[in-house]
Amino acid sequence: MSNKTKNNQAITQSTPSKKSRPALHIRSWTMRLVLFLIVLIWTVPTLGLLISSFRSPEAISATGWWTVFGRLFHAEWTMQNYVSVLFADFMGLAFMNSILVSIPSTVIPITIAAFAAYAIAWMNFPGREAIFVMIVGLLVVPLQMALIPVLKIYTTYQLNGTYLGIWLAHTGFGLPLATYLLFGYISSIPKEIIESAHADGATPWMSFTRLVLPLSKPAIASFAIFQFMWVWNDLLVALVFLGTKKENALVTTRLAEMVGSRGQDWHVLTSGAFLTMIMPLIIFFSLQRYFVRGMMAGSVKG
Amino acid sequence: MNAGRFPCLHPSLIQKEIFMASISKKNNRIFEIFAATPVRILISLVVPTITFLVLRWSFIYMRDSEASKFLIGIVALTVGVGGVWVLYAATDNLVGIFPVRLRDTLRPFVFVGPAVVVLLFYIVFPALRTIWLSFLNRTSTEFVGLKNYAFVFTDPEMFIVMRNTLFWVLVVPFVAVSLGLIIAVMADRLKPSAEKIVKSLIFLPMAISFVGASVIWRFVYFYQPAGYDQIGLLNAIITMFGGEPIAWLIIRPWNNFFLLLIMIWLQTGFAMVIQSAAVKGVPSSLLEAARIDGAGEIRIFFNVTIPYIKGTILTVMTTILFMVLKIFDIVYVMTSGNYDTGIVASRMYQEAFIFRNNGRGSALAVFLFIVVIPFMIRNISQLRENRR
Repeated sequence: MSNKTKNNQAITQSTPSKKSRPALHIRSWTMRLVLFLIVLIWTVPTLGLLISSFRSPEAISATGWWTVFGRLFHAEWTMQNYVSVLFADFMGLAFMNSILVSIPSTVIPITIAAFAAYAIAWMNFPGREAIFVMIVGLLVVPLQMALIPVLKIYTTYQLNGTYLGIWLAHTGFGLPLATYLLFGYISSIPKEIIESAHADGATPWMSFTRLVLPLSKPAIASFAIFQFMWVWNDLLVALVFLGTKKENALVTTRLAEMVGSRGQDWHVLTSGAFLTMIMPLIIFFSLQRYFVRGMMAGSVKG
Repeated sequence: MNAGRFPCLHPSLIQKEIFMASISKKNNRIFEIFAATPVRILISLVVPTITFLVLRWSFIYMRDSEASKFLIGIVALTVGVGGVWVLYAATDNLVGIFPVRLRDTLRPFVFVGPAVVVLLFYIVFPALRTIWLSFLNRTSTEFVGLKNYAFVFTDPEMFIVMRNTLFWVLVVPFVAVSLGLIIAVMADRLKPSAEKIVKSLIFLPMAISFVGASVIWRFVYFYQPAGYDQIGLLNAIITMFGGEPIAWLIIRPWNNFFLLLIMIWLQTGFAMVIQSAAVKGVPSSLLEAARIDGAGEIRIFFNVTIPYIKGTILTVMTTILFMVLKIFDIVYVMTSGNYDTGIVASRMYQEAFIFRNNGRGSALAVFLFIVVIPFMIRNISQLRENRR
């Protein structure tokens, strides 16, 4: 920090200023150092993984990844790890499976939840209150409570290991939260808008699809990101309902399986891990605002 | 849980104007044709039937076919994303042919019905059945009374699992919330641009799956016997200072601590973001009054900031506690519950899906459920109060 800013701080310290933020009272260098160390601890493990994923297998097992900083330009860089993990280790297939599982597992619960939230918020029917109480109650039920019986039913109806099976499972487990959040938003739409639409002859279907849904875009986007991330990063549901067979595996189950079977092969583990992280990271950096909102709202999921 | 509402504003009424214009135009043309009753009835019956047949066909196709993965993928996406909408549209249309009064009674159930059915079949009934299964033996063929619960609470192995779970549940929320709060308070004093970078970097692990995070930390904890080059960061640091390398994941009982460190690493960002908003909400007049009274920054932190945001701290703690209770992935990937590192959720998976013991697995699930029941009751009673 330059002298000038230090002076500024001395000034703000001595006069109780109108600034809304308090001036620094603990020595700012200590604070900066502590903060810097924390940030370092939070980023270095991921950085190590990323760097290692581009090093040759021999180099990874011979020297620590941090040694590359001494010889950045003549280090043993390679893309071969990614090629082999994508094809020889079926991570490419798993990536496609993950997309095929995650997109419907996001769209289906949101659709069902939006219809339900609209009905609970704007339609009159017996049992409306009871249904809402049920949804709130189900918010915190751990999904472990449902796994064994659902698996039994799936085995009977041969839904085990199918896309449909896992879409519906994620739909079921994500639905209480989705309905609850969308209800919070949809019910806060001003009453006049909905009522005047109906007075002008709109059916519920029309006012839902062409008025309420477009208005709820921010809420839907936040929840969609949360649900997509949840499904993409989920291991438990995928293990139980899809299993670890190569043709069914998702990125998470595939990676977990590789940790078990190739626990020492850091060249494929690092590149594999990074492949599973790419999608969430892209979403994180491109949609940060919705992302943070979605993760906050979704943190209560059962 | 107060994380329920999205802090978004509704767009203006313009949306509604556009909407009204669009339906009045449509009304004149397309809807007149559909309004003719015979055509309507025909459509109402044919569309759902076709939808059903297509969905059925595509499901069987996906299940049995040897066709290329790519083709199946396209079918899957179309069916998964579009199918649900077509079903709703078709049912709504079907209800539309009924006389007005019947139609108005039925329509809400078209909207809310699927959600209720899904909730009943995927959560309510299975949960009840899990409770029932927890009183049966491993293959669910014989009633065994409380035997599975006796296992949960008295088995020596389960004693370690319970001890670890308690350890996780006590340490992770506390440390993550404290660290998150400290970071939030410190970052609050940085330049806005620097604050944003710091917060993003701390929050970043939230995007990473538990499996991915486990691989990251396995690499950090990686152990080679003494004499070999250490490529794991922690052991490299230790040997650099002349220490002996440590097998982090094997030394009991400390290995539990190295596992839950991963969870702290993942959850601190969450705790930070929520508390950061709360910290910014502490009125600066309050802070300045304390300062004029001669309170140091540390005292202000403990005597002004923390009491002021107590509610937020509690909420964040319970939220993280819930997540910790149900976390299974980290233990599964790092140690599979070996070396005395099992926790209830990971043990539940093992019992139910590896040892195939439905009784014990169910009893463990019920245990998790019982822990959250107080929160469930509180949520519902809070809802009742709010509505009054």
